[in-house]
Amino acid sequence: MATVSTDTGADVRPSPPALDSVVVRFAGDSGDGMQLTGGRFTLSTALAGNDLATFPDFPAEIRAPQGTTFGVSAFQINFGSASIETAGDAPDVLMAMNPAALKVNLADLRAGGLIIADTGAFDQRNLTKAGYAANPLEDGSLAPYQVVGLDISRLTLEAVKPFGLGNREALRCKNMWSLGLVLWMFDRGREPVIHWLKGRFGSQSQLLEANIAALNAGNAYGETAELGPALTQCRVPPAAMAPGLYRTVTGAEALALGLVAGSQLAGLPMFFGSYPITPASPILHHLARLKEYDVTTFQAEDEIAAICSAIGASYAGHLGVTSSSGPGLALKTEALGLAVVSELPLVVVNSQRSGPSTGMPTKTEQSDLYQAVYGRNADSPLVVLAARSPSDCFEVAIEAVRLAVAFMTPVILLSDGYIANAAEPWRLPDPEALEPFAVEFYNRAPTEGRINPFQRDPQTLKRVWIKPGTPGLMHRIGGIEKSFETGDISYEPDNHQKMTNTRKAKIDGIADFIPEQTVSLGKAGGKLAVVGWGSTYGPIHQAVGRSRARGADVSHIHLRHLWPLPRNLGPLLRGYERILVPEMNTGQLKTVLRDQYLVDAKPCNKVSGQPFRIAEIEAAIDQALA
Amino acid sequence: MNDIAPLAQLSPGDFASDQEVRWCPGCGDYSILKAVQRTLSQIGARPESTVCISGIGCSSRFPYYLETYGYHTIHGRAPAVATGVKLANPALDVWIVTGDGDGLSIGGNHMAHLLRRNLDCQVLLFNNEIYGLTKGQASPTSRIGTRSPSTPFGSIEQPMNPCGFALGAGARFIARAYDLAQKELPEILKRAHAHKGASFVEIYQNCIVYNDGVFADFAGKQAARDAVLWLQPGQPMLFAGGKKGLKLDREHLQLEVVQVSDGDWRAAGVLVHDETSGTLAQLLIETPFAESGFPMVLGVIYCDPAPPFDVVMIAQNRKMSAGKPRDLQMLLRSGDTWSVAGDRPIGNA
Repeated sequence: MATVSTDTGADVRPSPPALDSVVVRFAGDSGDGMQLTGGRFTLSTALAGNDLATFPDFPAEIRAPQGTTFGVSAFQINFGSASIETAGDAPDVLMAMNPAALKVNLADLRAGGLIIADTGAFDQRNLTKAGYAANPLEDGSLAPYQVVGLDISRLTLEAVKPFGLGNREALRCKNMWSLGLVLWMFDRGREPVIHWLKGRFGSQSQLLEANIAALNAGNAYGETAELGPALTQCRVPPAAMAPGLYRTVTGAEALALGLVAGSQLAGLPMFFGSYPITPASPILHHLARLKEYDVTTFQAEDEIAAICSAIGASYAGHLGVTSSSGPGLALKTEALGLAVVSELPLVVVNSQRSGPSTGMPTKTEQSDLYQAVYGRNADSPLVVLAARSPSDCFEVAIEAVRLAVAFMTPVILLSDGYIANAAEPWRLPDPEALEPFAVEFYNRAPTEGRINPFQRDPQTLKRVWIKPGTPGLMHRIGGIEKSFETGDISYEPDNHQKMTNTRKAKIDGIADFIPEQTVSLGKAGGKLAVVGWGSTYGPIHQAVGRSRARGADVSHIHLRHLWPLPRNLGPLLRGYERILVPEMNTGQLKTVLRDQYLVDAKPCNKVSGQPFRIAEIEAAIDQALA
Repeated sequence: MNDIAPLAQLSPGDFASDQEVRWCPGCGDYSILKAVQRTLSQIGARPESTVCISGIGCSSRFPYYLETYGYHTIHGRAPAVATGVKLANPALDVWIVTGDGDGLSIGGNHMAHLLRRNLDCQVLLFNNEIYGLTKGQASPTSRIGTRSPSTPFGSIEQPMNPCGFALGAGARFIARAYDLAQKELPEILKRAHAHKGASFVEIYQNCIVYNDGVFADFAGKQAARDAVLWLQPGQPMLFAGGKKGLKLDREHLQLEVVQVSDGDWRAAGVLVHDETSGTLAQLLIETPFAESGFPMVLGVIYCDPAPPFDVVMIAQNRKMSAGKPRDLQMLLRSGDTWSVAGDRPIGNA
């Protein structure tokens, strides 16, 4: 655990030691309820006033065979009294519900870290499945760590005995027992969990009572069992956070909320067409419940229908939105071209995952930047944005809507599997303070002749948006090239050149309507700029902060607008001697920056399906400065 | 009280755009365009409330020639675009124009789902049994043996039956006609328009360049009138001037052709057309034209309305919104929240 300070409180009882921050990882079978346990612990921790970041890491299989290493599901939380921006490099505490969970996660545990293992699950069968020749809890191989073995299975069964559940059902309460113990360890209240259990089980009083009993038993066990120095209570004081009202939010939730806010600011009903895909589906699930916000959700027959229905809705005057992950985006490509040439507003969310092809659906990556910026046939420019954290998704979603309607263009919003699932505290913005950008549909029928649907605003180059149903403005649009002058089909060579130039100029010109690039940490100019985009924000920010604390001349620049790039980015980058671009791909932003600015950007890449550790980027900074 | 002047009924010509029509001279699409313009006039359609959505192919140029709103989209995807249009604005009258390649090959998936969802719209599928715009390759409805650039030795694939596909997908309105049937086609289109839900109309269309004359046996100028049976609801299924009819072959559970003497169709056991019977629709769709004396069965084969998708979806959206405030502040605060007081020190956060 990070740094231990002496407590100087006036409490009569000796207070547990206070810690700056702690990283806890819950790991078990994919059916053990680890995600749920982590989620509940997150809320209790948030309510206790800590800053936090989480990292749910689970297999694609819903219920992988029990006890196997590939079926292990983990949830990591980093919480503390200081600012927390990543889920933590190395867990201080590992809760291992079976041998496979221990095997898969042990390497990440910091030296001297604490392992809490359910000895009841360390039987011969599970040991064999995990590939252990001998029981690691007994053979001395865990000597570098502190190990607390508890028969959580038996203790849970005893705790829930009065409720007459079957053995299988009773054992499913193990996660609540464990949660109870961990809540005790960090002095967190059980109330939020009990409140949540009541909501979940409702009238199934037997299950409700059993789960509460398991939770209480785990908690009481910590209180009374005197487990020795390895397992003592410790305190993580509240973080100093800006005053305001907070909630925890995942990226998927914040994105859904941002889209709702954006459509309200635009004064438009939202149409959300989507096809289920990991890790993007939660956005559809959230929006499907928000009918009262003028949201229509449509689960289409495939990715193509999802985007095409959204395009149809935009054509009819709604805000069309579609959402997917990389493979789905690939299928939507042709329709994106249609949206580009039809010049209709459209927001396309890509929650990126490991690829290529199916890749590792539940693991994160940011390797769809080329796809977003360049990945269409012909010259088909559009806007690309990226969110840097779960809560940032809210603002970026609003920005995506703003640009889509202001310029009649598709906007791709890049999120990723990490951002989508991870949670962090979010200081709620005041919706009243958000600036509206109400859309005006064109409705002035020409006194003579026909309307040209590609009539443009001279400043922004956006075309008029005419809702079908408007009298006197009937017109036809479509994928075939249109005349700049009339909007009719045109195969004229000069016209195609002009329309291609115009589409490009419109997107390029958006650079005049977006904020200039700022420096997240450090200063403009100097020895080294670390340039990132998307979910690498946390580890880059922390690594740059640590390096600076050691006296290094390094700054952090993080891009939200990836296409077009901010006007001042070129001059800003040229102010540094060196540029380092950490990315969870093999160097995509690095290539874009080199191409756009002829700067010697150097890559720092990781494509393991896991987010960067702070230490990895810190080491890369040291190397870049050497 | 204000007198609201009734909108003058528009003529078929009012639905013609100022664009030069660019199909091959003699193409069946011209006749269909004429029939659609006549239909729009007769149903009192308003150009501003009418939207024609198409995919890719010869038929899909259709929207450019109609003085309505129009969207010429991408290959096979018109049903998906139309779904978004109709759900966003159910007041619009949506017409989808597609072909055998566009609607049944590359866009077959969307077609199936549009029909099963029962979106309120008209689907006009121009079936010329060939790919015209790409210069004459075999299509999913081409007959076995069709010689084309891609099947120089004759197509070996079993062709698809569009109406059978529609029925299987769950369509509640299925009709069939041909391009030159200028008397019957507008009547069928009117029925399709009046039907609430997805109306599927297969229109045999002669491709004069790549597949000329494939429908000549029943649709050509020289075709025997006896070859066609035009279905009428509640009427006996007679053809050949009432001298022949369709009867149920109970033993083989299929239709058979019977002779009718002295107009006594009842005595001959001729069936009366029940549009609401899916079973009868199946039998009619399966009758093999020109085999065992079977006629080409045209007209409204099946019409059994069910609640349209857009109507049901909007009703559910309304129901679930009823009484709930649209309050962004409240939405953001949903779930568990906590306050950080203003007097707490803000340190290195």
